[in-house]
This record gives sequence, structure tokens and C-alpha cells, in this order.
Amino acid sequence: MSVRDELADRFEFDVEEIDPTRVVLYAVLVGLIGFYLSPLESGLMTALKTEAEFATSPPFAPPTVDGFTLEPFGVAIDTLSSAILNSIMLAVPATILSALLGSFAAYGLTNFEWRGQLGVVTLFIAGIFIPYQAVLIPLSRLWAIVNTKELLAPILDITVFSVQVPILGTVELATHPHYASIINLIITHAAYGIPITTLLFRSYYKKLSTEMLEAARLDGASAFTVYRRIVLPLSTPMFAVTLIYQFTQIWNDLLFALVIIPSGSGPAAVATIALNELTGGIIQTFNTQMAGAFVAALPTLLVYVLFGDKFAKGVAGGT
Amino acid sequence: MSLHILKRLLGRDRSDDGRAVRTDGGTASSKGFDLGATLSSLRDSDAVRSAPFWLPPFLLMGFFVYGAIGWNVIISFTDFAGLTLPTYDPAAFDLEMYRRALSDQQFWLATRNTFVLLASFTALSLAGGLGLAILVDRGIRFENWFRTIYLLPFSLSFVVTAVFWRWMYNFDSGVINVVLRGLGLDFLASKWLSGGVDLGVLGGLPLVPEVLQFKLFAVIFALLWQFSGYAMVVYLAGLRAIPNDQYEAARVDGASTIRMYWRVILPQLRASTVSAAVVLMVFALKAFDFLYVMFGNNPGPTADILSTMMYRQAFAANEWAYGSAIAVVLFLVALAVVAPYLYGEYRRGEL
Repeated sequence: MSVRDELADRFEFDVEEIDPTRVVLYAVLVGLIGFYLSPLESGLMTALKTEAEFATSPPFAPPTVDGFTLEPFGVAIDTLSSAILNSIMLAVPATILSALLGSFAAYGLTNFEWRGQLGVVTLFIAGIFIPYQAVLIPLSRLWAIVNTKELLAPILDITVFSVQVPILGTVELATHPHYASIINLIITHAAYGIPITTLLFRSYYKKLSTEMLEAARLDGASAFTVYRRIVLPLSTPMFAVTLIYQFTQIWNDLLFALVIIPSGSGPAAVATIALNELTGGIIQTFNTQMAGAFVAALPTLLVYVLFGDKFAKGVAGGT
Repeated sequence: MSLHILKRLLGRDRSDDGRAVRTDGGTASSKGFDLGATLSSLRDSDAVRSAPFWLPPFLLMGFFVYGAIGWNVIISFTDFAGLTLPTYDPAAFDLEMYRRALSDQQFWLATRNTFVLLASFTALSLAGGLGLAILVDRGIRFENWFRTIYLLPFSLSFVVTAVFWRWMYNFDSGVINVVLRGLGLDFLASKWLSGGVDLGVLGGLPLVPEVLQFKLFAVIFALLWQFSGYAMVVYLAGLRAIPNDQYEAARVDGASTIRMYWRVILPQLRASTVSAAVVLMVFALKAFDFLYVMFGNNPGPTADILSTMMYRQAFAANEWAYGSAIAVVLFLVALAVVAPYLYGEYRRGEL
């Protein structure tokens, strides 16, 4: 029996019957769609209009033939593209790191029995709820003291973003002196992501069959083997949920970037900072601002549209 | 359960001191503590075997979360300000910055606004989310589509939503005023981000302004738009967990739909309400990004909250120690929200 049939049963309505209260219900639901989509719809319409057009027409009306332009999107993409690249370089490694570390921690805190475990778990979970303001000043001090660029100098020159190509040797893709602050940001986001990823993985690992793990241990498998052979392969669905949730969180962050990237802007700016600067200026008009908002939100919107159910699962599981 | 016996056996196998019964079979809830037995089984105890997994993430997280909080508390005892480096001299530690906050009118306004935002945003989002969940839970067609659209704003960043809502609230051609004027309600069209309404006599009361500005309510409304979908998801999970026969029992008793929800369903959603409320409050305390994009680092006395004030004092005015003290207050507010919740989870064995 499908959920729908069950619910039909629960509320005693006939699936095919047209019932006035059902009509009202659908009218309300559709009206709410209007409420939830109106900022996005009017934003998109405004982004497609010329300056003269958006000042005179209602914000939610589509552009007329004369008033249609893609120029705002052109300006937005030009201004934001390097920041979006930075955001990708930040969000991808930070997301993977925090998910992996969360999975390790959750495994170590679920499938073993020892005294004091609950205290450690509590410290992990409490970390989810920390207001970031409480750590901002120490963070800015820390990253002023730790010179990532010099620390990493013996292994790699992080001011140069390069790839090794056979035959051609090292190819420099881009250079700028602020990659160090992106590394700082990656470490910071990975660290603050651990509590929520640990919680997500732990709620999942608690449901794994203990018998199977115990059996593997009785067979003499080490904790590492059990993790690598049994737990990790079973974690794939939870990795999807965690990666999607963390990617969205890290992509959307403004506060850490404001504090950790020197002077908040420049070539190391991430998408949220660049968008704030694009829209904060008085020069840019509303059509460019709206286009900028869409360009900066595009990756998270894509993730949401493609993996909405997994995102919702992460959201509900994070409580 | 056989599994439990198995664990007990394993615990006994590992204790090689010949004691017949080992009470600390290794369960987290056991009470007995025996140093000898603990030491002898330490090498292959679960605590040690599991440490390679949880300890490195714990150290990284602990350093950044708890280390930084402690560091912040220490800075709040100093006089660190300006462009000089902080000096940590325990002899010079004092509570000067907290005294300064207590006598700072701005601080009290920010505290008041923080609580107004916290309470009204959380209550409205919960109510809105519950309403949405009940509507969506009525066996509708295309349920996935409705759910996806209602949750969509939650996936956007504060920066993006603030940019959209600044345009929504625009006086001349923003959606809200255009719609109001279109409905013939011109008198309601307002400067939502800078205007207000005169409170008259009420303005004489302490902490009540003479003109009630719309700013904070405009923020709350926009955040409601962004977060009610989240509350809906949590409530939907709660509603789906209630067995069908409870609905039937209520219906057999002849309860109306409203009575059924009020008497039978709502009390069972307590856990959903608590967990959603805690998360919403934490988001409200993080609303900094939204206010910062909308109003810059100074939203003015009617919309300033502790997190914007902290950022302004520290990173704009370079009053680092004062900023730390405000951050400590903010942390304590968050703790007051979260600690009872975590304790409740612990009591129910949910941790």
C-alpha cells in the first residue's frame, strides 16, 4: 500500500472523488507555492530586464521583447566567476574532509563500549550548536599567527595552483598569494563540520547490525578491517546525505570567510563575499544584483534540485 | 538477549586477572570501577581500540570549538584593543569588559532585539512549519513537488536570500508594495527597511521605542520564509511516525479534524517541536549573515542583535576584548537554549 493510499485511508477520502474541501486544500497549497517562489520568480524576471524596464514594470512580470536582456547575467558571471572557482576549491575538500572525519569519529563512538564515551559524544554534539561569534576573535588571531604558506613551503608552493602533466611537466593554472587563506578556511570548515557529520553518521551506524560487527571481531578482524571492509561500504548512502548537506553549508557561509580571508576581499574572495560586494555597491542596479544572486546560488540550487530528498534527510537527521 | 551475554563473555575473556565476574563489562552505563582490572585490560580495551578513530577528529574539533571558546573567554578578561597584539597577563585580568557591556545602552538594545528575534522567529516558524506539514500530510497529489518547493529557500544562503528580500521590500517597485498597491491597500505600502509606526503613549515605557520600526519584523518575516520549510520537514517526520490507528480512534470518538490535531496529534509532536525549536534558535543566533548583507555592519538600534554588535565591535572598531565579552554573552544564551535540550536527550538515552 502506498503512502498516498494509506493517507487516503487515514482521512477517509476517496482518491477519485472531487470534494470541495480538497479543492480548498489544493488552492491553499498552490497559493503557498506563490509565497515561497515569489522572491525567486521576481528576482529572475528582474535579472532578465533592462534598467528602464525593471523600473517601470511590476517586478514579477516577465520582460517585454524590448526590455529583455542577458547583460545582467553577463556582468554577474564576469564578476563572480573567479570567486566561484575559489568557493569550489574551498567547499569540495572541506566537505570531503569533514565527512570522512565525521565517519571515523562516529564509528569510534558507536561500535565500541567503554566508559566515558557518552561524555565525548556530548562534547561532539554540543559543538553543533556553538554560535560562531564565540570563536571568531580566536580564529582571526590563530590564522594571523599560523603562517600556512611558510609551513607548507617545504612540500608545495601554495601560491601557485598547478598540475603535473606528463611530457609537459608542471603547468601553472593560476597564481595568487591568497591561496593560503583558502587552506586556512578549509581546515576551519572541516573542524566545525565534524560535530554535525559525526551526529549524522552516528545515527546511521547505531542502526547497523551489531551481530555482523561482533562476528567479524570474533573472527579476529581488527577495528580498522571492520571499518574498511564492513562499515565504510555500508556508509555510502549516508556519505551522500552528509556530503550534500555539508557542501551547502560551507558554500553558503559568509562569516568565516569575512574573518579568515584577509581584508575580506581580493582574489581569494569566495562566492558569498563577492556577491555581497557586488550587491552592496550603489553602482550596481537591481537587475545585476538579482543575476548575481542566481549565479552565486547556482551550485547549491543544482545540488538541491538534483538531490533534494537526500538534502531533506540530512536536514531532518541533523536534529 | 544473546548479544548481551556475548558481550559479557567477551568482557570476561579479556580480563586475565582470574576474577570470576567482571562488573564493568564495558558498557557505558556500568558503575563499578576497578583500577587493576582496568589497567590489565587497557591494552586491548575498547577505549584504546576505538581511539584511532575518534581521537583525531575529536582533537581537531576540540581545539577549534572548545579551545577557541576558552581563548575567547581569556581575551574578554584583557584590554585587547586597537592594532596592537594582545597580552595575556593573568594579573591584569578583570571583568572590565562585562561591566562596560552592562552600562552600554547599545548592548541592552542588542540583547532585547536578540530575544525578540529568537522568540518570535522560532514561534512563527514552528507554527508555519506545523501548518505546512499538516496540509502536506493530507494525502495530496504531487506531495514531493510541494515539499521540495517549500524547503527550497532553506538551501539558499543568507547572502542570497538577503539580496532577494532587499528587492522584495523595495519601496518603489518591490513585490510587497506593488502587490499591496495593486490590491488598493496603498496606505499599507511602507518603507519596510527604514520606516516605522508611531507607538504614541506606549513609547514612554522603558526599552519600548517611540517609533516601532519595521526593520526587525521585516527580517523575521524573511527568515520565516526561509526556515518554515525546515520546520515542516521535521514535523512531517513526526506526523508520519504516529500510527494510523490513533487517527481512527479519534475519528471513532467523533472528534472533529481540528480537535483531533489539537488533542491527539499535537501532544505527540513534542519531540519534533523541541528539536526543531533548538535548531531554529541556533539559526536565529546565526542570523548575522542575513543582517550583515541587508544592513551592513550596523543595522541600527532597532535591528542590531548581539552577533552583529559583536562583529562590529571586534572587526570594525577593533575593540577585540569588548567583542569577546559580547561573544561570551551570546555563547551563554546559546548554552541556555541547548543545555536543557541535550540534558533531556541524555535522560531519554538518545545521545
